Amino acid sequence: MLGPRLFVAQRVSAAVMAPLVLGHLLVMIYAVQGGLDSAEILARTRGSLFWGTYYELFVTAVAIHAAIGVRVIAYEWFKVKNRWLEVVTVMIGCVLFLSGTYAVYAVVA
Amino acid sequence: MAELSDELEVAVWQGDRAGGAMRIYSVPQRPSQTVLDVVTWIQRNVEPGLSYRFACRVGMCGSCAMMVNGQPRWACRTHIKAALAGNHLELRPLRNLPVIKDLACDMSEFFHKWQQAEGRFYPTADRHEPVAKISPASPRRAAANKGIECINCAACYAACDVVAWNPGYLGPAALNRAWTLLNDVRDGAQKRRQRAVLQNNGCQNCHSMQGCASFCPVALNPTAAIAGLKRTALRAIRQGQV
Ligand code: SF4
Ligand code: SF4
Ligand code: FES
Repeated sequence: MLGPRLFVAQRVSAAVMAPLVLGHLLVMIYAVQGGLDSAEILARTRGSLFWGTYYELFVTAVAIHAAIGVRVIAYEWFKVKNRWLEVVTVMIGCVLFLSGTYAVYAVVA
Repeated sequence: MAELSDELEVAVWQGDRAGGAMRIYSVPQRPSQTVLDVVTWIQRNVEPGLSYRFACRVGMCGSCAMMVNGQPRWACRTHIKAALAGNHLELRPLRNLPVIKDLACDMSEFFHKWQQAEGRFYPTADRHEPVAKISPASPRRAAANKGIECINCAACYAACDVVAWNPGYLGPAALNRAWTLLNDVRDGAQKRRQRAVLQNNGCQNCHSMQGCASFCPVALNPTAAIAGLKRTALRAIRQGQV
């Protein structure tokens, strides 16, 4: 079940993700050209404010978008309702946001 | 005329809210026979207590829809040739609606949702004022015209998986109706309707899987109507109207 606010959040996060996914794929294709190792990636990302912001924004959008998507499945398929539905939504959002942020931190810091 | 060839094997669900079972009948096959003809033959010749609905028999009234070999169809205009599996026909009451008896469903919830979606016209003029001039070619009228021929048969509602999963969901027919009214410039309750279609069980819950559009017997496309509702809803939210 999706109220109007979550509907907007889902659409806005999708709009944010679309160009980021594209950028991510293009950089990936470009970066693997001459082979790929962790040192090469880290050389690009370490201390980069740009890539840090880029991927943190990505992580935030994914956390919002995926949490809402899973919420709908939880409600429609597994009949999770009321309080529990809110708990599931927030939990999934938090887990994705925290693990994503941790990953961004690991390659940028 | 009545050229008796093969017999059809027809299984009909019979029962009520407490439960029921399939009963099997042998029905003579006739040329140009419809599913409604088959049901009527059974009721007249074998099972006088069989309950089902019909009125117009020509695809106007929308009362005869039922599940025919697992698909929601209007019985009066479905030729058995188009629906048969071998010579087998399986008839059940419409999906997603509570059964009253045999093939007759309780449609109250279905129609109640039309009201919840503000699927009614709120006039802005009375009979003494001149008739509004609306060009059939104007984009909003054209959008409304595409969805206006609904016969309220609930075939789309029976086909919709989101209704099956979330019984509160307003469903394709009510939302399609709301979309035609949202495009009616003579209507005076657009803000109210906009809010209604965005309620928790509103248009945003549609997964655009097009079950409704595939089974609408008059070839309407509720999926497209609902996509229109989503677009206008987002615009209304952006402009702070809802
Ligand atoms: S397109 Fe939407 S309304 Fe139509 S059947 Fe699918 S979920 Fe239901
Ligand atoms: S939209 Fe089509 S399937 Fe749905 S109630 Fe109207 S006529 Fe029937
Ligand atoms: S009996 Fe009226 S639509 Fe079938």
